[in-house]
Amino acid sequence: MAINSILSVKDLTISFNTFEGEVNAVRGVTFDLKEGETLALVGESGSGKSVSTKAITQLLPQRHTTISKGEIWYHDHDLLKKSSKEMKKIRGKDIAMIFQDPMTSLNPTLTVGRQIAEPLIEHRGMTKQAAKVEAIALMRKVGIVAAEQRFHQYPHQFSGGMRQRVMIAIALACHPKILIADEPTTALDVTIQAQIIDLLKELQAEFATSTIFITHDLGVVANIADRVAVMYAGKIVEIGTVDEIFYNPKHPYTWGLLASMPTMKMDNDDLYTIPGSPPNLLNVPTGDPFSSRNMYALEIDFQEEPPMFKVSETHYAATWLLHPDAPSIEVPEEIKRRNEQFVSILAAKGADSDE
Amino acid sequence: MNKNPIMQIKNLKKTYNTGKANEVRAVDNISFDIYEGETFGLVGESGSGKSTTGKLLMKLESMTDGQVIFLGESIQNKRSRHDLLAFRKNIQMIFQDPYASLNPKMTVKDIIGGPLEVHRLVSSRKERDQVVYSLLEQVGLSQSFANRYPKEFSGGQCQRIGIARALALQPKFIIADEAISALDVSIQAQIVNLMRQLKQEANLTYLFIAHDLSMVKYISDRIAVMNRGKILELATSDDIYHVPLHPYTASLLSAIPEPDPESERNRQRTTYDESKFTYEQDDPAVGLFEITDKHFVYCHKDEVVGYKEKAERLKQEIMI
Repeated sequence: MAINSILSVKDLTISFNTFEGEVNAVRGVTFDLKEGETLALVGESGSGKSVSTKAITQLLPQRHTTISKGEIWYHDHDLLKKSSKEMKKIRGKDIAMIFQDPMTSLNPTLTVGRQIAEPLIEHRGMTKQAAKVEAIALMRKVGIVAAEQRFHQYPHQFSGGMRQRVMIAIALACHPKILIADEPTTALDVTIQAQIIDLLKELQAEFATSTIFITHDLGVVANIADRVAVMYAGKIVEIGTVDEIFYNPKHPYTWGLLASMPTMKMDNDDLYTIPGSPPNLLNVPTGDPFSSRNMYALEIDFQEEPPMFKVSETHYAATWLLHPDAPSIEVPEEIKRRNEQFVSILAAKGADSDE
Repeated sequence: MNKNPIMQIKNLKKTYNTGKANEVRAVDNISFDIYEGETFGLVGESGSGKSTTGKLLMKLESMTDGQVIFLGESIQNKRSRHDLLAFRKNIQMIFQDPYASLNPKMTVKDIIGGPLEVHRLVSSRKERDQVVYSLLEQVGLSQSFANRYPKEFSGGQCQRIGIARALALQPKFIIADEAISALDVSIQAQIVNLMRQLKQEANLTYLFIAHDLSMVKYISDRIAVMNRGKILELATSDDIYHVPLHPYTASLLSAIPEPDPESERNRQRTTYDESKFTYEQDDPAVGLFEITDKHFVYCHKDEVVGYKEKAERLKQEIMI
């Protein structure tokens, strides 16, 4: 599997200077985005998933942000070293974004058509006329009917799902190499969410865009991702293929996330919960920040943060439970059930490759 | 479960902009009962009228037409302060946004103790504080929180404070409007477990309004599915999930992503063609019909036979 990485984030460390002190929002995040894949970043609010990706496009408020360490490699450039002028040429062209709330990320005073045409004129040097033709074609492509008429309408005349389609049209206008989708379906109803996810998958296949998909909804992740990175307290605590994360998770936090979601098959037992709440990143506790909520925590968890342990070529997790000296433990029922599924999926895959 | 209705809703209607071009029938002639001790789930997408229904039942909005009977008394006639206080002592609400629904200038003690003072259930500060402490403990918070302000707490903790406030008057009935949807996944599970536990301890009845069907199925005994102001299907939560009869319910279910990559790969979505299920306005032959035991579907009376066959077919499929 020699798939090239299109983007490499290395040891990214970001803090915010606030009234109360320094908030360590991102504490050494490392990941690769491979060509054509969808990488999902999963985590709770404050885990650093949005901050990490905003650093890629330099969208963090400069006055209050300190990026103390790290590199972000795109082709042969370190994006962190780009001036804001240079970044303007990349943002929207090579790297495009879709945000959660399509109402606040569209300009209410400009027609939708003008907003879609803008990147075409700005980045692709089109004339106004050509941009209009292309914009209408894009609107059709993302499933907006009566595109000629709607070209002249304003965002408030569109429903939530349709606005998100407009955002997607803007993002894809310049055929970006990388798409960063930050909770693009969270504000939408489930049926609309399903439509938008299908649309994103379709367009991604067509344009061969590599995607970073940020969400807290594990159901959406299971549907859209090739690989998954689970974030907690400003770090990636587990990363692997979608099957590895959902059927063979190794980090107790991932266990908790998976077990605390009710599935349709579930009976009326109490839901598994992760006790407590995420740590305050103003004062990061010593040891593993998850240890106080972790029923499997070992003594060492309170003293030293675990490094990434390798599970397979594609699967890594930061938990001391993977250390050779760690005691064996009883995993939650829900995870046992998932592990059994993993065995049968592996068997099915093995059978496929034998043929 | 005993089957005494704690609340009966009859032909409830709420119309905005009546008679104008932009008339909206937010709640369009719905009827159902909520039994004592049950958790009744009300699901629907945005604009379905589920939240408006909740507000009508609390008298936070006035109804256009219909009747709501709570604990044997019609709520329409309750207008005086005295009547409203007596009414709201028994019915309380938990809101969606825990930050927006707590007054940022008040301490936790004043927030939770407020209802006690308004209803004159305590005679002194000291007594009030004692009640507040025990309420905090009940929702899993420490007493030391009492003198602090909402902004000092996380979303999950604020939601616990909101729950403690709702419990302060020892109500019989609680309406939870999207009470967990603003919270993180791991916190959602905590709050849902807490609500279930409190329900047993205090013998509560819940109306659980939400758009997240997997959580609603998990917590509810019965579920009503709303769309465009109407209840399209009403059944036990098992029936809604295993024998969904109305195509809208089926399409909602098929759209919920499950945290399981294998089943997501094999997922078949069904789409709902609304035009096939639009009826003449106020056609007397259209309404909620009981298809199988306690399983209701909104349809024309001529369609009942078809739904009965469908129910039979789906039930057999489950058996296999």
